[in-house]
Amino acid sequence: MEDILIASSSQQPRQLSAEEIAEIEHEKTLYPDNKAVGLEALKIVQKHQGWVSDESLLAIARYLDLSVADLEGVATFFNLVYRQPVGKNVILFCNSVSCWIMGCEGVRSHINKTLGVDFGQTTEDNEFTFIPVPCLGDCDRAPVMMVGEDLHRNLTNDKVDTIVASYRAEHQE
Amino acid sequence: MVENPLTKNIDMTRPPLVLADYVSNDGYQSLHKIAGGMEPEAVLEMVKDSGLKGRGGAGFPTGLKWSFVPRGEDSPRQKYLVVNADEMEPGTFKDRLLMEGDPHLLLEGMLIAAFAIGASKAYIFLRGEYTQSFMTLSKAINEARDKGYLGRNILNMGFDLDIILHTSAGRYICGEETALLNALEGKRANPRAKPPFPQVSGLWGKPTIVNNVETICNLPGILTYGVEWYHKLTKGKDHGTKLFGVSGKVKNPGCWEMPLGLTIRELLEDRAGGMQDGLGLRAFLPGGGSTDFMLPEHLDLPLDYEDIGKAGSRLATGTMIVLDDQTCPVGMVGNLMTFFSHESCGFCTPCRDGLPWVDAIFRDLESGKGKESDLEVLREHVDYMGPGRTFCALAPGATAPLGSGLKYFEEDFKEHIAKQRCPYRH
Ligand SMILES: Cc1cc2nc3c(=O)[nH]c(=O)nc-3n(C[C@H](O)[C@H](O)[C@H](O)COP(=O)(O)O)c2cc1C
Ligand code: SF4
Ligand code: FES
Repeated sequence: MEDILIASSSQQPRQLSAEEIAEIEHEKTLYPDNKAVGLEALKIVQKHQGWVSDESLLAIARYLDLSVADLEGVATFFNLVYRQPVGKNVILFCNSVSCWIMGCEGVRSHINKTLGVDFGQTTEDNEFTFIPVPCLGDCDRAPVMMVGEDLHRNLTNDKVDTIVASYRAEHQE
Repeated sequence: MVENPLTKNIDMTRPPLVLADYVSNDGYQSLHKIAGGMEPEAVLEMVKDSGLKGRGGAGFPTGLKWSFVPRGEDSPRQKYLVVNADEMEPGTFKDRLLMEGDPHLLLEGMLIAAFAIGASKAYIFLRGEYTQSFMTLSKAINEARDKGYLGRNILNMGFDLDIILHTSAGRYICGEETALLNALEGKRANPRAKPPFPQVSGLWGKPTIVNNVETICNLPGILTYGVEWYHKLTKGKDHGTKLFGVSGKVKNPGCWEMPLGLTIRELLEDRAGGMQDGLGLRAFLPGGGSTDFMLPEHLDLPLDYEDIGKAGSRLATGTMIVLDDQTCPVGMVGNLMTFFSHESCGFCTPCRDGLPWVDAIFRDLESGKGKESDLEVLREHVDYMGPGRTFCALAPGATAPLGSGLKYFEEDFKEHIAKQRCPYRH
């Protein structure tokens, strides 16, 4: 846990962008208090920045007048709030029971071998971060993973190769 | 007569029906019926009479739950409806189908529920990973708003409803209804003490009903076609139809709407096509990862809350996970323990400390380091983390596959220890 210490006050908050502020202001209209907006703001910042740095967290806490420690507590609780930098694409790989029965471990080792990363790691070219995720709710088409916002089903090693190549190609354009 | 009210509009080979098409297939009729002069009490009575039980896992009667919401002049003015769309139970894939296949059905159901309990604001607590559901629901909400089915003074009946689509940031415990409320309020998602129950003091301290997606999707049919029609749907003791799923090594895994009360065999063999060639059925979890294993000898039991309960398990989400005879049962239970251990919220000791311990033992068993004493430790944990010993139902949920697994697969556990390896690995 060393590198995810509570955002220290010695750090300077990042300047939130106009876009981020506009989206946070919109969320404010949907919830009766700022506390509830805090989690939304974390997600908004992550959408724009890729992850939530200490500087961003501090900025949100200041902007919404929330306790830094409370917001940090929320940020670290949720699986989908990234407190460390991630690659351009996050692979959320289901390793729950139905996918396990259908052989996801084999696909995992294939990714491990071909991309050189295991769970929690980012590829050297910063293209993919590989993260396990509980059941993605598509168990009848297991094994399953998401890359970014897209779901990929009935995975095989070959299929994974094609998927990986297509994301790489996208970024070379 | 409509026989598949939950899926009658669903065809996953095309996008879901847009509002106009949904309306032309009896959609939003219930709303017009209510606008024609139904009181909230009458709606509540219909839902009570229908016998609908919650489809989120616990099977609690929906009408009864609603009736705990304070009503009348001196009750709090703000009340909330929250739809639990956090679907994260391993092996469960039914709410996604409803939200991506027919989003207006959920919205129509929400209008009915909100009207009955007097809520003017409703949140859909949607799993963050369900990006496709987010898109279909957002689009449907906009359509309904443009049409005047959402917003202020709906159909001139003095009833307002706003629906807010909230996406979660991922933790299984958020599906527990009081943890869900904390998550919606922007707090860490630890469960809350009950009482007070959410029906009396829930979201921001206001009366709140939390219902599962599928539960809500039952409502339009009940209101539109009536209680008598609803009672004719079932083939068993519990009312209505339900989504049933099968995953694992069967020929045709999938999710289907079936009347309650058909046999497990009809689901497994007729719908899912039976086991893949060359494989036998060893056991199955009838309703997601936190239910007890059942055996082939149970195949002729009806898919009903009570009958599955009598066999020592729970119907729960109705999505069955099948274990074949060439997959390691110890590995399967171990996989579930890793999940539960990771998803423990850490609030109470038996769960926070017990699940990682259990998980570690399973890793030892897998890697050939199992000890004779391990089985006893595992058995003790079934007791330590059982119902009534922990703050919420997550840990007892974990003990369901663990306890029944220890009972039914004892030989496999012993073999792992005796051979100091997993005998299923070649
Ligand atoms: C750990 C845990 C996770 C749960 N996850 C869900 C879930 O993802 N979806 C759901 O509808 N209910 C879930 N439940 C059940 C809810 O607490 C609650 O009973 C349900 O949403 C009530 O809806 P119903 O009455 O319509 O079934 C979960 C319960 C526990 C203990
Ligand atoms: S049983 Fe587990 S998940 Fe539930 S409150 Fe206790 S620690 Fe949290
Ligand atoms: S277990 Fe992987 S999608 Fe459900």
